[in-house]
Amino acid sequence: MTDKNGFFDLSKSTLSRRTALKGLAAGAGLTLAPGFVRYSQAQSSAPIKIGFQSHRTGIGAAYGRWYEKTSAAAVKAINDAGGINGRPVELVIEDDGTDPGRGAEVVGKFATQHKTDIVFGTLFSHVVIGSAPAAGENKIPYFVVSEGHHVASTKLNRYVFQPGITDVKSQIQSMAPWIAANAGKKVTQIFPDFAFGYDHRDYLPPALKAQGAEVIAQIAIPPTESSFTKYFPQIPAETEVIYHVMVGPAVLTFVKELGEFYGSNRPQLFGFIDSLEATDINSPGLEFLDGSHFWEGSPRYAQANDSAAQKAYRAAVGIDDNGAAVGDPKDVSTAAHMFGCWETLYVVKKAMEDAGYKGPEDRAKLVEATEALTEFAEGPEHPQGPKTFNGKIHQCFGIQNISKVEGGRLNVVHKTKIEDGLYEAEGDYTTQAL
Amino acid sequence: MSEASPAKAYALHLGVIALLFALSFVLPEYHHGLLARIMVLAVFAMGYNMLFGYVGLLSLGHAMFFAAGLYGAGFAVIHLGWNVPLAFLAGIACGALLALVIGLLALRTTGVAFMIVTMMFAQVFYLVILYFAAWTGGDQGLVVPQPARVLNLGATSLDLTNPTVRYMSALALFSIVLLITLAVVRSRYGRVLVAVRENEERTKMLGYDTFSNKLIAVVVSGTICAASGAAYALLFGYVGSSLASVQYSILPLLWVLLGGAATTLGALIGTVFMYYVIDIASGYTSAYLLIVGIALILLVLFFPKGILGTIRQRWLGWLP
Repeated sequence: MTDKNGFFDLSKSTLSRRTALKGLAAGAGLTLAPGFVRYSQAQSSAPIKIGFQSHRTGIGAAYGRWYEKTSAAAVKAINDAGGINGRPVELVIEDDGTDPGRGAEVVGKFATQHKTDIVFGTLFSHVVIGSAPAAGENKIPYFVVSEGHHVASTKLNRYVFQPGITDVKSQIQSMAPWIAANAGKKVTQIFPDFAFGYDHRDYLPPALKAQGAEVIAQIAIPPTESSFTKYFPQIPAETEVIYHVMVGPAVLTFVKELGEFYGSNRPQLFGFIDSLEATDINSPGLEFLDGSHFWEGSPRYAQANDSAAQKAYRAAVGIDDNGAAVGDPKDVSTAAHMFGCWETLYVVKKAMEDAGYKGPEDRAKLVEATEALTEFAEGPEHPQGPKTFNGKIHQCFGIQNISKVEGGRLNVVHKTKIEDGLYEAEGDYTTQAL
Repeated sequence: MSEASPAKAYALHLGVIALLFALSFVLPEYHHGLLARIMVLAVFAMGYNMLFGYVGLLSLGHAMFFAAGLYGAGFAVIHLGWNVPLAFLAGIACGALLALVIGLLALRTTGVAFMIVTMMFAQVFYLVILYFAAWTGGDQGLVVPQPARVLNLGATSLDLTNPTVRYMSALALFSIVLLITLAVVRSRYGRVLVAVRENEERTKMLGYDTFSNKLIAVVVSGTICAASGAAYALLFGYVGSSLASVQYSILPLLWVLLGGAATTLGALIGTVFMYYVIDIASGYTSAYLLIVGIALILLVLFFPKGILGTIRQRWLGWLP
C-alpha cells in the first residue's frame, strides 16, 4: 500500500546537448537492465492498482480511517492468497476531503495520473454523486461502499457499482416487518433535514404501510441544530415507536434530551447505528438507549453464534469483541459499514478473474463481468452474510441485523432475509453504451 | 501604478492565452484535466476580483452567484431538457438577475455590514437549495447526464466530456472573461470603480453616481461568477449544494488575495497556486491544510499584496 504523488516538473525540461547525451545513455542502459527486461516481458506480474478514494479529512474522516484499515486488511488477505489473476494488489490512496468537487478530481487523478485499474471505496453520497461523472468520462470502473440509493436508482452511469453493501432503501424496507411486529404500529420519525434523513422520510412510510403499521408524524431537524427539546412536544402522544436517525456530533445531546423529556416512561426506540458509528455505546448520556433497538449492517459486538468467517474477518481487520481497535478500546470502529470494503474487494477479485482482466484495456470486460455476477455465498470473502447481486442496477442485496442495547453492548436479536429488502428495479444500466 | 501602453497590456494577456492554448498539447493527461477545471474556477475568481479588487467591496457571499449559474444551467438541462448553449445562457441570466436583486439590497450597506449581508443572503440561497431537495437533490446534488452534455453546431457536435473539447471550452470562457475584464478595468468606468474604492465620498463630490456604478459592478461580477458556475455544471457534470456553501464564498477571496487583488491575471495565478499546493501536499499528508496554511503565511509575509500585486509594486508597475 503506498501513497503516490507524481507531480511533473517543467523546471527540469531545459535540454542541453550534454543532458540529451546523458539521457540517451541512461535510456540505453535502462533498456538493457535486467529489471526493465523482466518488467516488459512479464507485464502480467505488475501489481493491479486500486485507487482508494478515501475520506481522510472532512466530515467523513472517522469512516475513512476504518475504511482504510479494512481495505488494507482485505488486500493483505488477497495478496497472501496469491493476488488477483496471479498479480499482487496495490492500494493507491488519495484524500478527497469528503468533498464532491475534490472527489471528481481524485477520480480523474487515479484514471490519468496514477493509471489505476479501478477506483474504489467512497462512502459519502454527495462525493459519490459528484465523482460518478468523472468515472463515466474516464471509463474507469468505480466501486463504491456508500449504502446510498443513488447507484441503484440508475441515475449515475454504467461504470459505478455497489456490490459490497446494501442500499438504504433496501435496509429500511427490511426493517419494517420487524418494527411493525415487535415494536409498535404507530411510528413517529425524527430525522436530520438533509438527504440521509430524506431517504428514511420517503422509504419508511410505504414499507410500514405494507406491514399494517403507519408513520403518524415526521419531524425534520435542521442539521445545524444543537438543542432538540423544543421538537419533542411535536411527538404525538399515541406514538408507540420513535424511529430516529440523527447523525453528527449532536447525537449525544439528542439522546440525552430525549431521555430528560420522557424519563422512564418512553415509547419504543428504533434507530440506525449510523447515528453512533465510531461512538462508544457506553458514552455518558447514552444510558437512555438501554433496551432500544438499532439496525446494524454487520454487528459491532462479537456474537455468540458468529461464523468462523466473521471471526477471521474481525481478527484480520483488528477489532476486538467490542468492535474497537485491538489494543485501544476507545477507538471504536465503523463496523456496521466497513465490512463493505472487504466484500467489495473480493467482488472485484472475482469479476477480474471472470473477465481474465489484464489491464486498463479490459475495463469494459470488467464492467460486463461484474454485471454478470448474481450471488455471493457467505464465507471468508463475504463474512457479513450471503448476498444477491442485480447486474442491471449494479446493487447487491443482503441480510440486515437488528440489535438490542442491553448490558452496555449490542446483541443481535433478529436477522432479516435477503427477500425482505428486494424491490423493483428502477432502470437498467446494461442498456448504456460502454 | 504607472500607465502602460494598451498594446503592452493586451500583448501580455494574449500571450497568457496563447500559453494556455499551447499547454493543452504538452500537459500530461491529469494536469490537462485539472487546468481545465482551474480555468473555469479562475473565471469565478475574476468575477470576484471585479468587485473586491477594483471596487473594494468585500463580499462573503459570492458562492450564491456561482451556484445560481450552476443550478440555472443544471436545471435547464436536467429538468427542462434544454440544449447546452441555452442552458449556459440560462445560468448566466439567473446569476445576473440574482446579482441585480442582491446588489440593490446589499449596497445599502458598506464595510463589515456588506460582508455580513452578502454572507447571509448566500446562506439563505444555500438553505433554499437544501429545502427544495426534491428539485435540487439537496446536499447530494444532481448529475448532469453525459449524453446531454453535447454542443450541437449544425452538422458537427462537440462532446463536452471529451478532454480536449472541455479544455478548449474552458479556455474560450477564460479568454473572453479575461479580455472583458481587461477592457473594463482600462476603461473610464474601470477608473470610476477604482475611484470609488479609494475614496467614495470624493467620487460622489466629483459628480459620479457611486451607487449606480457599484450596482453595475455587482451585476457584472455576479454574471461572470454565474458564467463560471454554468460552465462548471456543463463541463464537469455535477450540480451540488456544497458548491454553494460558505467555503465557496471564501475560496475566490483566497485565490484573489493570493494572486493579487486588482490585477487581471492574479485570479488565475492564485487559483493555480492553491490548487497545486493542495494537490501536491495531500499526496504526502492528510494534514495538507496545515501546509496550505503555512504557504499562506509565507505569502502574506513576502508577498503582502499577492503574488502579482507585489510584482507590480516592486518591478512591473504597468501591470493592469
